[in-house]
Amino acid sequence: MKVLMTGNEAIARGAWEAGVVVCTAYPGTPSTEIIENAATYKEMDSEWSPNEKVALEVGLGAAVAGGRTLVAMKHVGVNVAADPLFTLSYTGVNAGLVLISADDPGMHSSQDEQDNRHYGRAAKIPVLEPSDSQECLDYVKLALTLSEEYDTPVMLRMTTRVSHSQSLVSPGNRQEISLRDYSKNPSKYIMLPGHARLRHPIVEERLKKLAAYAETSPLNRTEEPERSEDQERLEGTRRVGVITNGITYQYAREVLDENVSLLKLGMTYPLPRQLISDFIQSVDECYIIEELDSFIEDQIRAWGFSVYGKELFPTVGELLPETIASCVPSLLKPSLRRDFTAASRGPDSESANTEDRAPVQHVGRPPVLCPGCPHRAVFYVLNRLKLTVSGDIGCYTLGALPPLNAMDTTICMGASIGVALGMEKARGRDFARNLVAVIGDSTFVHSGITALIDVVYNKGTTTTLILDNSTTGMTGHQENPATGVTVRGEVTTRIDLPMLVRAVGVNRVVEVDPFDLDRFTDVLKREMAAEEPSVIIVKRPCVLVRPAPARSQVSAQPPVSVNSALCTGCAQCLRLGCPCLVKDEPEPGAKIRKVSVDASQCIGCGLCVSLCRPQAIVRKEG
Amino acid sequence: MDTIQNDPLSILIVGVGGQGTILASRILAGVVLRKGYDVKVSEIHGMAQRGGSVVTQVRFGSKVASPIIAQGQADIILGFEKLETLRWLPYARRNATVLYNTQSINPMPVVTGAAVYPPDAEDRIQSEFPQAVPIDALSLAQKCGAAKAVNVVLLGLLSRFLSIEEDVWLDILRETVPERLLDVNNAAFQAGRNGLLV
Ligand code: SF4
Ligand code: SF4
Repeated sequence: MKVLMTGNEAIARGAWEAGVVVCTAYPGTPSTEIIENAATYKEMDSEWSPNEKVALEVGLGAAVAGGRTLVAMKHVGVNVAADPLFTLSYTGVNAGLVLISADDPGMHSSQDEQDNRHYGRAAKIPVLEPSDSQECLDYVKLALTLSEEYDTPVMLRMTTRVSHSQSLVSPGNRQEISLRDYSKNPSKYIMLPGHARLRHPIVEERLKKLAAYAETSPLNRTEEPERSEDQERLEGTRRVGVITNGITYQYAREVLDENVSLLKLGMTYPLPRQLISDFIQSVDECYIIEELDSFIEDQIRAWGFSVYGKELFPTVGELLPETIASCVPSLLKPSLRRDFTAASRGPDSESANTEDRAPVQHVGRPPVLCPGCPHRAVFYVLNRLKLTVSGDIGCYTLGALPPLNAMDTTICMGASIGVALGMEKARGRDFARNLVAVIGDSTFVHSGITALIDVVYNKGTTTTLILDNSTTGMTGHQENPATGVTVRGEVTTRIDLPMLVRAVGVNRVVEVDPFDLDRFTDVLKREMAAEEPSVIIVKRPCVLVRPAPARSQVSAQPPVSVNSALCTGCAQCLRLGCPCLVKDEPEPGAKIRKVSVDASQCIGCGLCVSLCRPQAIVRKEG
Repeated sequence: MDTIQNDPLSILIVGVGGQGTILASRILAGVVLRKGYDVKVSEIHGMAQRGGSVVTQVRFGSKVASPIIAQGQADIILGFEKLETLRWLPYARRNATVLYNTQSINPMPVVTGAAVYPPDAEDRIQSEFPQAVPIDALSLAQKCGAAKAVNVVLLGLLSRFLSIEEDVWLDILRETVPERLLDVNNAAFQAGRNGLLV
């Protein structure tokens, strides 16, 4: 029976069916649900690794030891894992290893929109690109077979729309396969220069074989229109070909005329030269429709073919159906042509997207920190003290937005501490007296520790706030080494952050509750003034964490309310940016706008109560 | 009321994070799947925080290629909130069916006073789509016993415009929501489906 699955669910299912025994990942949108789903299959040992580099190293170990392995991460995670990846290409695998790279065109939840197919070429490993959930399942299985057959890791590149869209899948059963033999093989697995020199030609040879495989692989297929050549000659139509991949294949199918021939590439590295050149020669004109970079196109142009590509289609952002439609209006289905041909946009158009109804900009609705979020108190204080804040990646990046406005930089996972140290080095100790690095617990474990060692070793005085909310919040509350629970829900040794920080040589380590605004402010001022590195562990759990044995859960309290007789409309409380606090319309004849509380959302955290000088905000009893 | 027959049929569900749009799309997808249609659903998730603008796209028919609805191609917009409905109107076909909840939820720039909530949101929806159907889903849900059932009220309204038997909706509803909330949700569905007749 067919079931509806997201691409991420289908990846986990495919891995399970293919007999995978080890799955590793670090959470990152849009890849996170792959491991969350994998963890529901008891035959697979799934883990949240501390970061992507470790995830790939554990995966490498598992594959070399003879077990089929799945490693998953978001596109920027591959940057972190690139070091083992390039060497893994040389060592090859033993049992199959597939690396999922979930790219994020359009940057729905990312700091850049890099196109990770370039990693495939740079590391000289095959790249597969599914276009729906069934293909996710099929391609994972095929990738594992290819991995073993060609002794190479295989990259399966997803994009947000493939990961998060649901489509129908026919699930199958698990194929139990025994572990492959493991034996010591120094010239294959110890990459000393002398060994690596012997491996490189093998890698080049492997690429040639993979390119030959690509010529006849079921991954690459042409879809010809249903019409005879006679018909065509009679009509005198030009033949149009489109080469496409991944989700854009689905968009192309949706919007393009049925008379267009398609070459769908499920394997985008290495490319099948003969297949592509035959296709191009069979048509009068050929278009390359690919999201983000001109990856396929560059190769085809390098072979000397003349095609249409990025001079028509954007390199920036998602290549959505409407974008394709407006780039090549002449290739559209007749029913869409009127809607997307600028000249014919008029009152007879079916589409609402016409010039007389150009999209209007409405006030945006950015995500906000949840009611009761522990981070709100932190950024409120940082804003009041007008500090320079070197930020990091997590829910708390939202502290950068109004009205909190308390962040200067956000670069990549773990960057906050190193960036703060660099600022101190360039601008001197005085500047550092008003400078803090802010990093979450999971991000600190991911890659903040090494930068903190740098602060200690190179005599910086950086003050680091570790926001310990006992979860990996932003990606949907995953466990991590600081929560003491695994992805499978087992209790494990919980990393002791204060002890860890002391062990790297930080003498000044303080724990505070951010909701104790006065104490938090005092501690912050004192530590920034100290002539040595300090770490403030700001402790309060995320309001959305699930109950787990290793930690307490914040219990929601009754909502607060505003006694409007006492409210002076000073708006002090609104500086918290709590979505429950709203400004009312002035009463008739009055000017001041008082504040009220949206009781349906308020969790009674009490932060606003302590800010209201006239004590207008009160806790409801009971 | 005529039902909408396009193949494939594209429904855009828009609202604010936390309003239950995802559950609504799951029920809708379950219903059309039970009817044997090909179906694709697209939603962007991964930001855990509440309160952002959310959009889910459901497309079904004999064969669906793109999970994404192109601008100007939605057959139905199901709006959980006024401003969000207005924001996504450019995705609707000129003759689309627009169904919207009259609730308004202030976005942060409005809360902080940096912007105002468009006071004429509803007028603008009505002037572009004179046939648009408003519903006070929040009050109806509250009357049924749970403010959270706004999503099911709206599904009830949507069900009037699709040629799918009521039984199928009720079956999927029963299979999806927790048992202790079933009565409330059934009532909410009926309020959305038949409430407008009274
Ligand atoms: S801080 Fe108190 S007095 Fe000032 S606006 Fe808020 S509720 Fe009113
Ligand atoms: S108590 Fe105040 S700050 Fe906390 S959630 Fe309620 S309104 Fe927001």
